[in-house]
Amino acid sequence: MANIKEKNTITKPVDNTTLEETTQGEKKTEIIREPIFKTNNFNLWYGDNHALQDINLTFNKNEISAIIGPSGCGKSTFVKSLNRMVELVPVVRTEGEILYRDQDIFEKKFTVEELRTKVGMVFQKPNPFPKSIYDNVAYGPRVHGIRKKKVLDEVVEKSLCDAAIWDEVKDRLHENALGLSGGQQQRICIARALATEPDVILMDEPTSALDPISTTKVEDLMQQLKKDYSIVVVTHNMQQAARVSDTTAFFYQGYVVEHDETKVIFENPRDQRTEDYVSGRFG
Amino acid sequence: MQLIDKNLIAKKRSGRLTFNQIMKWLFFLCTMIGLVVLITLIVDTLSDAIGYLNLDFLTSFSSSRVEDAGFYGAIIGSIWLMVVTVPVAIFVSVATALYLEEYAPKNRVTDFIKVNISNLAGVPSVVFGLLGLAMFVRAMAMGNSVLAAGLTLALMILPVIVVSSQESIRSVPSTVREASIGMGATKWQTVSRIILPAAIPGIITGIILAVSRAIGETAPLVVIGVPTTLLVTPDSVLDSFQAMPMQIYAWIKMPQEEFQYIAASGIIVLLVILLLMNSLAIFIRNKFSTRY
Amino acid sequence: MSNYNIQEMIQKNKSNKGAGFEKLIPVILLIITSISVLATIGILYTLISQSLEFFNRESFVQFFTSATWQPYSSEPEFGIWALVMGTLKVVVIATIFAVPIGLGAAIYLSEYASERAKKIIKPILEVLAGIPTVVYGFFAINFVTPFLQSLYSGISLYNAVSAGLVVGIMIIPMIASLSEDAMSSVPNSTREGSLGLGATKLETTFKVVLPAAISGIIASVVLAVSRAIGETMIVSIAAGSTPNASLDITSSLQTMTGFIVQITSGDAAYGSSLYFSLFAVGMTLFLFTFVMNIISQWVSKRFREEY
Repeated sequence: MANIKEKNTITKPVDNTTLEETTQGEKKTEIIREPIFKTNNFNLWYGDNHALQDINLTFNKNEISAIIGPSGCGKSTFVKSLNRMVELVPVVRTEGEILYRDQDIFEKKFTVEELRTKVGMVFQKPNPFPKSIYDNVAYGPRVHGIRKKKVLDEVVEKSLCDAAIWDEVKDRLHENALGLSGGQQQRICIARALATEPDVILMDEPTSALDPISTTKVEDLMQQLKKDYSIVVVTHNMQQAARVSDTTAFFYQGYVVEHDETKVIFENPRDQRTEDYVSGRFG
Repeated sequence: MQLIDKNLIAKKRSGRLTFNQIMKWLFFLCTMIGLVVLITLIVDTLSDAIGYLNLDFLTSFSSSRVEDAGFYGAIIGSIWLMVVTVPVAIFVSVATALYLEEYAPKNRVTDFIKVNISNLAGVPSVVFGLLGLAMFVRAMAMGNSVLAAGLTLALMILPVIVVSSQESIRSVPSTVREASIGMGATKWQTVSRIILPAAIPGIITGIILAVSRAIGETAPLVVIGVPTTLLVTPDSVLDSFQAMPMQIYAWIKMPQEEFQYIAASGIIVLLVILLLMNSLAIFIRNKFSTRY
Repeated sequence: MSNYNIQEMIQKNKSNKGAGFEKLIPVILLIITSISVLATIGILYTLISQSLEFFNRESFVQFFTSATWQPYSSEPEFGIWALVMGTLKVVVIATIFAVPIGLGAAIYLSEYASERAKKIIKPILEVLAGIPTVVYGFFAINFVTPFLQSLYSGISLYNAVSAGLVVGIMIIPMIASLSEDAMSSVPNSTREGSLGLGATKLETTFKVVLPAAISGIIASVVLAVSRAIGETMIVSIAAGSTPNASLDITSSLQTMTGFIVQITSGDAAYGSSLYFSLFAVGMTLFLFTFVMNIISQWVSKRFREEY
């Protein structure tokens, strides 16, 4: 345990300022990066199992932040912590802070319902409700009290368009969503998440259950979405992280080994383990 | 482009959360009603029974005089009844479950048998009583004997044991089956030496629960005409007998107030026996159930 | 090395044993299995043949159209509606009482309760389900009826409310546990989809879980209603023995099952109309519960959601 802790201190995850400097230095972009999520010494236990250890990460607005790492490294647990979905497991205990726009998400007055309205989620396996496509997408606005048919119609159309599935389903909006293919179901789930117009979208291995063509579609979609949303994506697939993300964090055995620009992580990692992992030597 | 009114959402949120909390407590209350009823029932019955529940009550026969009335004949009678019901029910039910799970081909006949069993489970117990009355008591001239009542109850609990035994047999993984067959063991050797022993804790649990239902069952016994004023215990399965629930029912129906207390005493004895059987079932389920 | 050759010994052993035994097993088991079919045939045969005997003596039309049940009168009248109404009054009260509470408990257990709470509550429900109905009958007449009378003095000793409430209590565990099973079989990922959008547990339950589990829930309610229709001892003890088709729930009535118990616990002369009327009533009762069971099975098969 002590050994791991020590290792953890070797590579300090890149904080916000360094990122800004590097980007500005390279003159890639003029936008000033605005942090949307920041974790301070975040720890999480499943019962006695210390699943996440001293996580210090920052994710920025309008970026795609990828989280990679071998199975069981805690990357899924971490992303589910960001909207507190992880608390559905009864034995979970957390310590430390997660700041969403400078507000601690574990504060009592910040309810999970409010948090999840702002921080939407797309899950590993497509999980549409056994309802029509329309009702699936309109579900979020409806539970939040939006009842006007006109607004709902517009929201459904816009979300389905944004999720790049409008053309495929516009003629059968009132058919059961469970009748669609896996790739279509997943894009319905993305549309469902978009319909509440969240600030951040968390994606937990969104393409792991999909075929390559559907995967490409979802990846293209992510690039489109980043204009309006901030995305945190967990992926098992390193090519995917390399293709779509702006920054990448490498998780290993419950802690962050390295967090940097995606280019740096894949081409010039500072930690040996990161290099081993991205070059496919383990994982 | 924002289509959604974020302020509206924020405004409505606290109401939604409050409603969620209120309903959560309402659901909890619903759950607690069962517990409240159980406690009320037990306390109410116990307070009636106290003062009447003693050794004399357990060792004397029923009587039309309150101070002499006892449960002895009914306890012994119920034991006799189970001596018939339990072996018959086990033999038929377990064989049926084995056939359906291990041997039955997938065809219409099998489907029919399965549908038939689930329908049999839904037949009211009083109708089983009518079957017993017409078939066993009258047509086969068994009279209101232990045998007639025992067979009736055996048929009544048959579907319950079949279903629970099927579940236990099904829970034995196919890998174990294949291991035995793969060694060249015959089907029956596999069934009798591997599957049945592995399924037995589950089967026994189901049997105990079904039998405890049979012990407390009253309606079929009333229909068959089980007597409530006998001063002897049966000597054979062809003799007439008394039974605990039947005796309790007769006491409840007595006009004198005091018999309510006698009935309460009988209920406490019956409930204690059932509770012991249920605990035994839970014990067996937890102790011997095989995990794969 | 040993001198034994296992394979040889096995061969020797095999030839001794008859393969016929192995073939006989399924036949024997099938014969035993057919007993359950025989039981059904026995029930149907008994009910039908004895009912026919009854209709040979008494009017078939009257039985199904009259609402007067006066078997003891010198001019006996057998109108089943008086008994059916008695049964329906009790069943409706039981259902109105038990369905909301049973479902509420199912929702609590499936959606809100912790594992530890479940471990305590479920055995309590099992015990409640295992209490003999004669005990519930005692509870109805000695506790519930006096309690109701203390609230409203117009209630007589035998009435539909007390019997109905206690029959309701009896079927609550059944509704709760079967509905909970149905709700628990809705995959967690579906719940997460809803919670992840900021829906509360309540909204998730009502808009996603309940609709997905609706077939199992309806099946459980129908099954419980069927059980209430066939319930005998509670109504025999607490509902009275006055057949009537009125809608009054505060005074004595008689159900189909109550009639069967009343006649068989007295002595109906074998061969009399009264004796055979038992089976006509039994047949009607059987049809009611049979139809309910068929509906329950059909619903749970027909509307099952495939994930």
